Amino acid sequence: MAKIKKTIKTIKVDADKCNGCRACEVFCSAYHSEPKYSSINPARSRIHVTTHRLKNIWLPVFAGEYTPAECMGRDKYIIDGKEYDECSFCRAACPSRDMFKDPDSGLPLKCDMCESDPPLSEPMCVQACLNEVLIYQERVEEVEEVAEQSEIQTGLDALVDKHGFQKVIDAIALMANKG
Amino acid sequence: MRYAETGYNLEIDLTTGSIERVETDPKMMELHLGGLGTSVKLHWDRVGPEVKAFDPENLLIFSTGLLCGTPAFSANRTLVSFISPQTGLLAYPMMGGFWSSELKYAGYDKVIIRGKSPKLVYIWIHNDKVEIRDASSLKGKGSIETQELIREELKDPAAQVAAIGLAGENRVFVASIEQSRGSSARGGGGAVMGDKGLKAIAVRGTKDVNIAHGAEFMLLVQDMKKFINNRKENPIKEVMPIMSGLGSPQMMQHIDEKWHTESFAWGNARERRKNFWTPEINENWTKSQTKAIKRFISCFNCPQQCGALISHEDVPPYMMKCFSKLTYAMGAYVDDLDFTWKICRRAFEYGLDSFSTPQILAFAVELYEAGILTDKDFEGCPTDKEGRFFWLLDRVAHREGIGDYLADGIYWAARRIGKGAEAFDHNTTKKHEQMNIKLGMFDPLYFLMFATNEKISITQIEGNWPQAPFATREARESFVADWPQLPDEKFKKYFLDWEPRGEFANPYYPTPQIASEIVDWMEMLHNIDDALGLCAGMGSFCFKPAYHIHNYPKFISAATGMDIDEDALKKIANRSRNLHRAFNNRQGMTRADEKPPQDHWKHRFPEYEEQLLTTYYEFKGWNSNGIPTRKRLHELDLDYVADDLEQRGILKDGQD
Repeated sequence: MAKIKKTIKTIKVDADKCNGCRACEVFCSAYHSEPKYSSINPARSRIHVTTHRLKNIWLPVFAGEYTPAECMGRDKYIIDGKEYDECSFCRAACPSRDMFKDPDSGLPLKCDMCESDPPLSEPMCVQACLNEVLIYQERVEEVEEVAEQSEIQTGLDALVDKHGFQKVIDAIALMANKG
Repeated sequence: MRYAETGYNLEIDLTTGSIERVETDPKMMELHLGGLGTSVKLHWDRVGPEVKAFDPENLLIFSTGLLCGTPAFSANRTLVSFISPQTGLLAYPMMGGFWSSELKYAGYDKVIIRGKSPKLVYIWIHNDKVEIRDASSLKGKGSIETQELIREELKDPAAQVAAIGLAGENRVFVASIEQSRGSSARGGGGAVMGDKGLKAIAVRGTKDVNIAHGAEFMLLVQDMKKFINNRKENPIKEVMPIMSGLGSPQMMQHIDEKWHTESFAWGNARERRKNFWTPEINENWTKSQTKAIKRFISCFNCPQQCGALISHEDVPPYMMKCFSKLTYAMGAYVDDLDFTWKICRRAFEYGLDSFSTPQILAFAVELYEAGILTDKDFEGCPTDKEGRFFWLLDRVAHREGIGDYLADGIYWAARRIGKGAEAFDHNTTKKHEQMNIKLGMFDPLYFLMFATNEKISITQIEGNWPQAPFATREARESFVADWPQLPDEKFKKYFLDWEPRGEFANPYYPTPQIASEIVDWMEMLHNIDDALGLCAGMGSFCFKPAYHIHNYPKFISAATGMDIDEDALKKIANRSRNLHRAFNNRQGMTRADEKPPQDHWKHRFPEYEEQLLTTYYEFKGWNSNGIPTRKRLHELDLDYVADDLEQRGILKDGQD
């Protein structure tokens, strides 16, 4: 496959500075609402601040790839004497939990770095964070070309996994006829 | 579709267990905005003066503000309103934290509670699913502990829980409602909640809050972000560090407490210690505070970090903000800051107001020293200052022995104890413990604020106007040079003219007319913040704040789709203020109650004070008894209030 230049976008999370205000969740959900900024709902956000205040845990995590099946086992970390819940650092929308799923449809959510035309200077969550917890960085790397999935495909994949290919086709055909 | 507000309230009757989801009238937002505004309207309509604090008919309303849940920074206040067992008036303590936004996302603007549950329960609100659940296993549990236990029981770490501790269950008149790092503390909401058999309200929401003009709203938020960042880089240079930024006074971040510890009074608001802040204290407090604070923390969607996570030796972790850092230590005359970290944890678990409670404990110590309370009353009490305070705190929360008297607050305790104890009730107004102030010269602004405001708690009345004149003209000129938050340019002149000594100084300057204008302006800002659910630290209780009269209307208009300008907003704030006053008048409050503590200032001017009060009443459109006139009520579309007050004989013909 051909080598292409790809911009790697990173959000560095300095969790020690997080004060748990959840502005990132608010602004993310505002940006991704339709039409843009028309509604707010942190449950639709693609970033989630896992919070255990009395355990001194404030951990912003971004929505990553959808996974149809949970892991064979679960991970649990203790860092600096603080015990994190199972799967705390995992970014997946996974059958084992509600995190990073649209609360109405159950479809997976994924951070898209707020890609838009024209592009934002920084993703919305980074703009919203006034305590420099979220730091946006870009670098260019040479990588092998792979076809990227669209958001619709990712959603459909989840439905196919759950209901089977034929049922999804039938449902779409039915909707198309009604429409 | 409804914008900014959800358009639904939850009505829960704890006597019958009925739960209703009730659509609200959109007209209410136009007339009263939300938060305090719409809550006062509900109390006026449904709770008459025959209802006492512990009657089942007393409504306990948990309210969001109009902007809670939107991207407007710091719109996170939960406002709890009820007839206070301590004052008999409508109290509305607020708390920050995360509860109100969660309620909005669950699809409700308010939770309106009436009746009494026969056994201890808690309410669980999860979007459309609302349950009243058994709380018998939580009986006697601390308010911090309860929040964690409920999250565990519900298996939902994202649930936000507002809970009472033992003090609330025991109907202590200064019991608070606690949630995350927020306390809805003043006036005894915890006691009303406990009386209703309600241990906690847990809420989780995953619905949308809609914004009418989203893109426009976000531009306003972005502008505010620039302002916030700019202030962070450029704190106000003419004032002390704890007041120079945005947010509540930054008492978790700053250690230097020379101003608070030397300007405010120790013990039962008795004496100032003018040379307290020595290099040695500074060193010890620096060590203590640096060690105890594990992290600075925020409320929902707020760029400030006024709170802190505290962990001190074997004291379990908890959260604190602002003035509670000093109130117990100063009340007990304890110079070691470690005492604060220890006693506040216990007081917060009990769920007690950190403003009133230390004064009540110090009052008991005074009565003991004066021989009014005896060794028998203090049987088993340690003799050291720290031990004594812990012992008294336990007695109050449990209502044991003398604690049962003290639990009603200083005013009521003094009268029940008798034997001259009344003379030690020297720092209450309208039966409520006031700021621990002992100053020399009478101050017309603070006189009016202490005397007349429905809040009866100065920190949520004062704000934008500096507490004292600056020493030099240069400093004043520099301060007014950049002050776009002012409602009118004339205030600049007032501030420039205001001097520490001489003709243009307290008590005769600001003049009664100017004092009325300044107080009215500050009060209006608080009323707007309280309707919108904004933290006073970003608006009304902050020098040169982020929110002010020139940008509130823009935020409201973009969020709600209503077209509101400054005049329209002022009218709504006035309407709510006058309705609130009328409510308290109907509860029996009159001019005779509008008295700051006698010894707040050494130099008093009885005739001039009456003139000040009269001028202020006239300015507000109230009669000589402090009751809104029919003319004023009519201007504010409150004719129905005038009718009611007249029928009851509170407002009489010809008193305009």
